[in-house]
Amino acid sequence: MPAPDDREIILEARDLTREFDGVKALDRFSFQLHRGEVLGLLGANGAGKTTAMNCLLGLTLPTSGDLFAFGLPLHQHRIAILQRANFSSAYTALPGNLLVGQNLLVFAKIYGVRDPKKKIAELMELLEISHLAKRVTGQLSAGESTRVNLVKAFLNDPELLMLDEPTASLDPDIADKVRKVVRKVQRERNIGILYTSHNMRDIEEVCDRVIFLHKGKIVCEGTPTDIVAQSSSTNLEDVFIKIARDGEIIDEPQKDKAP
Amino acid sequence: MNFRIISALVLRYLFLYTRSPMRLVELVFWPVVDLVVWGNVTVFIQRNTNPAFGNEILFLLGAMILWDIMFRAQQGVAISFLEDVWTRNLLNVFVAPVRATEYVSATFIVGMLRITVTAVVLSLISWFGYSFNIFQLQWWLIPFFLNLMLFGWSLGMISTALILRWGQAAESLAWAIPFFFQPVVAVFYPVQDMPAWSQPIAWCFPPTYIFEGMRDVMKTGSMNWNYLGYAAALNILFMALAGWLFLWILNLTRKRGLLTKFATQ
Ligand SMILES: Nc1ncnc2c1ncn2[C@@H]1O[C@H](COP(=O)(O)OP(=O)(O)O)[C@@H](O)[C@H]1O
Ligand SMILES: [Mg+2]
Repeated sequence: MPAPDDREIILEARDLTREFDGVKALDRFSFQLHRGEVLGLLGANGAGKTTAMNCLLGLTLPTSGDLFAFGLPLHQHRIAILQRANFSSAYTALPGNLLVGQNLLVFAKIYGVRDPKKKIAELMELLEISHLAKRVTGQLSAGESTRVNLVKAFLNDPELLMLDEPTASLDPDIADKVRKVVRKVQRERNIGILYTSHNMRDIEEVCDRVIFLHKGKIVCEGTPTDIVAQSSSTNLEDVFIKIARDGEIIDEPQKDKAP
Repeated sequence: MNFRIISALVLRYLFLYTRSPMRLVELVFWPVVDLVVWGNVTVFIQRNTNPAFGNEILFLLGAMILWDIMFRAQQGVAISFLEDVWTRNLLNVFVAPVRATEYVSATFIVGMLRITVTAVVLSLISWFGYSFNIFQLQWWLIPFFLNLMLFGWSLGMISTALILRWGQAAESLAWAIPFFFQPVVAVFYPVQDMPAWSQPIAWCFPPTYIFEGMRDVMKTGSMNWNYLGYAAALNILFMALAGWLFLWILNLTRKRGLLTKFATQ
């Protein structure tokens, strides 16, 4: 049994349900994210990971259920919460026609960063992209633009970060660099991260704890090692495939599920 | 309302204009084409009618310039929003601590900057090319300008709401909206010369009072003060309605989960 986590809860969903045209993309999904913890959301395409994140960012309203960030109800305190949080995804972009430095300056000002130029330079150096400041954002490679997006996501020193498939479309080398940097900044600043990915390396290296979703429901949760131990598989990748196909983590349905 | 955030959003649009000079060209090109066409029509009419009417017909140029102010204000708002859609930036803005009112205010300011550029260029060309001095409207120009800008902003908000709801499919609608109003707001002809049934409709919209007022001022040097009052009152009403529509649709897109489709489109 893992020791109960007594760190502050910075993000919480209680029975979060979201329907689209009568189909439940999320079905009574509950979880807690603690300060300084990296929680991975795993599941096949369509499992509901992005929907969960969109609800937690206030982009999509839940059909039912309650959401809290920093102990505050999300929808009443959306602006104050977003000031302390940030988000990055492989599927959004910063305006392609602006220079990288211009884009970052605009967002630094939006977030009210104290010394924007200095902050941007620091973060760009950390992500090893200082040379990109004068480049046109739309002409960056996938790896470069992912890292630029991450700079944007770190600009306001977020206490809470949501990353939706940050390593999608990256080559293994860049993906590895991105993971290491995320982990480093996360540890240094004690950030709580909600992290989705299809990449098991990501999950094993970055996440302290994992929740497997299947059709909007939690199938299992725990540390990556716990989950493999609970399952009849030998590695996380096989667990993933098993859940994606059958919605369960063990072969024999009569076998007791581990707590 | 946080002015730091509004100015940051405006800065983004300013960067955009410095980064793509074509946008500036577009800002000047179409109005100039319009002006030249209407200017030449005016000259043609002037040469072929009696001098009294020939003098009066100059209001066509005034109408064209004022119409363009309203149209550009609408576009400034709608295009600013579309820029965020086109560049897939909308989600970044909506996950930042930006209030809808701050976002809309920034597009208003961009609308205002755009029409300032257009108005200056048109005034200069009409003066040098066609001896039409828009400043003969004197200080009346200020309430005219403000009222038309306000109505342009309202239309811009309505366009934005439509795009939010129906996505980029509604884009062409967003361009067309001002032109739905053009026939009924008496831009190029007096209300009394419109078909009788359409006259009450004309008086429902603020620009009608402005274009009537403009013709009066050009003819007599003065106008009915009530017109300005009606225009301002109606503008407040339209701004409130358009603002309400925008916020209502924004909330609807959150309910339906439509906001996020702008990320991947
Ligand atoms: N705006 C939407 N309208 C209708 N259905 C949606 C919408 N967003 C997501 N869905 C559906 O919800 C389910 C979960 O999608 P998503 O959260 O994107 O999955 P994941 O990110 O885990 O791949 C899918 O079946 C998807 O088609
Ligand atoms: Mg997804």
